[in-house]
Amino acid sequence: MTHTGLWGVLAILGLAVVTVVTRNFFLFPEREVKIPDWLQRGLKVAPLAALAAVVVPEVIMTRGALIATWQDARLPAVAAATLYYVWRPGVLGPLLAGLAVFLPLRGWWGW
Amino acid sequence: MSLLRTLLHDSHFRRGARDMVDFGPGIAAWGLVTGVAMAKSGLPLPLAVLMSLTVYAGSAQLASLPLLASGAPLWVIWGAAFCVNLRFVIFSAQWRTYLGHLPRGRRLAIGYLLADLNLVAFQRAWPRGQREPGQVRYIVGGIAVIWLTWQVPFLLGILLSEAIPTEWGLGFAGTLAMLGLTYGLMHDRSTWTAAVVAGAAAVAAYALPLKLNIVVAIAAAVAAGLMIEQAERASEKLRGGA
Repeated sequence: MTHTGLWGVLAILGLAVVTVVTRNFFLFPEREVKIPDWLQRGLKVAPLAALAAVVVPEVIMTRGALIATWQDARLPAVAAATLYYVWRPGVLGPLLAGLAVFLPLRGWWGW
Repeated sequence: MSLLRTLLHDSHFRRGARDMVDFGPGIAAWGLVTGVAMAKSGLPLPLAVLMSLTVYAGSAQLASLPLLASGAPLWVIWGAAFCVNLRFVIFSAQWRTYLGHLPRGRRLAIGYLLADLNLVAFQRAWPRGQREPGQVRYIVGGIAVIWLTWQVPFLLGILLSEAIPTEWGLGFAGTLAMLGLTYGLMHDRSTWTAAVVAGAAAVAAYALPLKLNIVVAIAAAVAAGLMIEQAERASEKLRGGA
C-alpha cells in the first residue's frame, strides 16, 4: 500500500473537492446559467435514467458480460421483488422479498 | 440550538426526513457494503473514516479504491472521481431552480450534501417542477437523514468487515433497494421509455471505463425523451391540419 501519510490525506481531500465541484457545478455561478427550456424538460428523467443505468447491469451482467444461465440468484430475486412491488409499491417490501429469495439461493445452492 | 429545534418542528423539514426514512434500509445496506469494501481494500482505518466524512459519494469512493491502492497519480484519481460524479453536474442544473435564490455560501453547503436520492425524493414530493415555499427545508430534512443512514452503517461496515463474508453478496441489497426506487419513478410512457433506454444503453456501453456508461445512458434517455416529444408534437400538428 502506497497510500500512507500525507499522500493519502491529500488524495482524499482532493476527492472531497471533486464532490463539491461536481454537485455544485451549476449552483456556483452567482448569475443564473440559462439552460434552455427543452433541455430542462429533457433532464427531468436524468435521475431515473441514472438509477436504471446502475440497476440493469447489476442484475443481468457478471464481470462485464451478459449472464448466460438462469441459475443465478439475482434473477429470481428480482422477479420476487417485482411481484411484491406490483402487489404493494414501496422500497422496503420489495427489498426484503428479493433478499428472502436471494440469500438462500446464493448461500445454500450457490446460484 | 434553537434553530435546530425550530427545524425539528417544521412540517416541511419533517416531511423531507420522513420521505427519506422509506429509503433508509437500502441506503444503510449500500453504506454497510461500501464500508466493508473499503476496509477489505486495505485502506488504513483513519483514511477510510476521513474519506467517508469528507468525500461522501459512495460510487466515487468505490471507484477510487483500486487507484489509491495502486498508488496512481493524483490527477488520475481525481479525474476518475470526476467522471463517476458527472451525473451530479447534470443534477445540479435541476437543483438550480430550487436553490438558486439562496446566498452562495448556503447554496454550496446544501449542494455539497445532495445525493442522488435527494433528487429522486424531491421530484416525487414536488412534481410541479417550480419553486415553492418549504422546498429548502424539505431538502435539508432529507439531507440530514441520508447523511446519518449512510455514515453510521458505513463506519459499522469498516469495523465489521472481518465478520461479513463477501460471498453473501450483500451488495445486492443495495441493487434491490434501487429497483423499488426505479419502479416508483416509472409512472407514464415517457418515464418507461427513459428507464428502458437507459438500462439498455448502460448494458451496451458497459465496457467504457470509469462508469461512463451511466453518463451515456442518461444522455441516451434524455435524447430519446426529447425525440418522442418532437414526434408527438409533429403528429398532433398533422392531425390538427387534417
